[in-house]
Amino acid sequence: MSRIMSGLVLVLATANGWGAGPTVKLDQAQTDVANIQMLQRGARMYVNYCGSCHSAQYLRYRRLMEDLGLTEAQVKENLIFSNAKIGETMTIAMRPEHQRDWFGAPAPDLSLISRSRGSDWLYTYLKSFYLDPDRPLGWNNTVFPQVSMPNPLWELQGIQEPVYETVVDDRGESRQVVAKLKLARPGSQSAAEFDDSLRDLVTFLEYVGEPAKMKRESVGIWVLLYLVLFTFLAYLLKLEYWRDVR
Amino acid sequence: MRKPQGPILRAATGVLHWCDERLPVIEFWNKHLARYYAPKNFNLWYFFGSLALLVLVNQIVTGIWLTMHYKTSAAEAFASVEYIMRDVPWGWLARYMHSTGASAFFIVVYLHMFRALIYGSHRRPRELIWIFGVLIYLCLMAEAFLGYVLPWGQMSYWGAQVIISLFGAIPVVGEGLAEWIRGDYLISDATLNRFFALHVIAVPLALLVLVVLHLAALHEVGSNNPDGVEIKKLKGPDGVPLDGIPFHPYYTVKDLVGVGFFLLIFAFVVFFAPTFGGWFLEHDNFVPANPLVTPDHIKPVWYFTPFYAMLRAIPDKLFGVVVMGSAVIILFFLPWLDRSPVRSIRYRPWIAKLFFAVFVIAFIGLGWLGAQSGSSLQTLMARIFTLIYFLFFLGMPFWSRWGRHKPVPERVTK
Repeated sequence: MSRIMSGLVLVLATANGWGAGPTVKLDQAQTDVANIQMLQRGARMYVNYCGSCHSAQYLRYRRLMEDLGLTEAQVKENLIFSNAKIGETMTIAMRPEHQRDWFGAPAPDLSLISRSRGSDWLYTYLKSFYLDPDRPLGWNNTVFPQVSMPNPLWELQGIQEPVYETVVDDRGESRQVVAKLKLARPGSQSAAEFDDSLRDLVTFLEYVGEPAKMKRESVGIWVLLYLVLFTFLAYLLKLEYWRDVR
Repeated sequence: MRKPQGPILRAATGVLHWCDERLPVIEFWNKHLARYYAPKNFNLWYFFGSLALLVLVNQIVTGIWLTMHYKTSAAEAFASVEYIMRDVPWGWLARYMHSTGASAFFIVVYLHMFRALIYGSHRRPRELIWIFGVLIYLCLMAEAFLGYVLPWGQMSYWGAQVIISLFGAIPVVGEGLAEWIRGDYLISDATLNRFFALHVIAVPLALLVLVVLHLAALHEVGSNNPDGVEIKKLKGPDGVPLDGIPFHPYYTVKDLVGVGFFLLIFAFVVFFAPTFGGWFLEHDNFVPANPLVTPDHIKPVWYFTPFYAMLRAIPDKLFGVVVMGSAVIILFFLPWLDRSPVRSIRYRPWIAKLFFAVFVIAFIGLGWLGAQSGSSLQTLMARIFTLIYFLFFLGMPFWSRWGRHKPVPERVTK
């Protein structure tokens, strides 16, 4: 049911061209917020690879515990690396001004990143890092050119290098652009495994963007069923009353 | 009258009569519902009036709950909306019902206005109903704009910046006026606070008063219908119009079916597509307002895009503002622009139908264009559609009389 619904939504969303981000072709993230296992794996990915630099200041650990079906001990053991309490939100110790000094820009809060950027954007962005010696930290990205963030997942993905091609633009000037990325050094995961890991992570980020989504869709089915019944009964009532109108 | 049976019914009747001797309860009920005679041939188009009332109630009720948790401050507003979405029990539902309700309000009102246009519901003697209606539409636009600023996202901030700066185009007083509206040199905490005051009390009050006047004027002259026939001309011996049926229970139960269908669509959006692919809640508005970073593409929500397209289509700022304002103001004059000898589109010639069709295409086209980035081809299209929009209204005194009108029946048809 909810898959049909999200399919419908997808059709609506692609029909308008209001999506966020640049005009790079995005890969389908194929997220599934109803899948608890994906969310749990994604949460682990998040705290290991994202949560030291990025905050999720609107998400409480307790909420995570309830929605992901974990115990308080499990959360404290696996997801809290600071001395934060279970009722607190996922903040970080690093200060934005230090991040600006070290990386060139403060790391944005990730609470709503899936809502402003979209899951497909995040998924494609996270697999589009490549080595670029011209950048201060040695990393660049095809989805977000000149991004300050270095690739946090290189150990898993491996290291990609660009393959350039020369294009001639409208004004007849030729320049070099990244045609595709090739894996120069493999990581600890295969390409397929890495895609799955990213899918878990992006599913988690989608959940972080809107924790109510799980409940919203499960409640929604019942609301719609009730309204179908209500409308049908109202229709019968109307027929009954209108029998004498000619 | 039969004596009421049972103690509960007797007590209820007693209370009713006690009240009725002191307040005209029964008279009011009869005048506006049980003995308000509406034409029996209302079709699909006639659901949107009662639906607009339903959405108004939805906005007020969900709005009250949202204000219980919302923080009116530039520093806290964005976070408080997320607090509502995450930590307030069912807060997400109240918020999505309110945000979806805003778009639903415009959909319902646009269809309601179009109904009046095609069936001639604005024609004599219903001009005042139409004028109150346009005033309601103006209030609704103000209400939607003010409310959109409150979540204090990037689009809230920059949308407000663009719209308020339009007042700056007015000669001499413009800049001072814009500053007076903002309460600051730019959109700021002061602006947010006054917009909140206007959104939750000033405009809703005006809206409620106008709705009462709209309905009072309607019930004074009676409803029009898809045939544009005046049902009060032919009355039975009991003084009841031959083609009239009591609003209650006939239209109350019929509108209940409309409410059911409407709520099905509404609930689908609220529960399964609350952002509606970026049309109802925009992606950029999930980023907190930042006065130092201008978004790539500032655009209003869909219900303002037709007018925004007109504004952008005109190179001169002041002239653009004048055109945009005139596009709304011209609606007030519709009852006097339409000179057709018949009310309803059913009895109008093909030429009138063609004008209506082209107008609809132009208006929807402008709506689409207002959401685009505005390439040179799009600007050209926007100019053509703007011209069509104004020709439709300004040429109406002439084209509405052209062609052969069909004979209008004495009584309503099925």
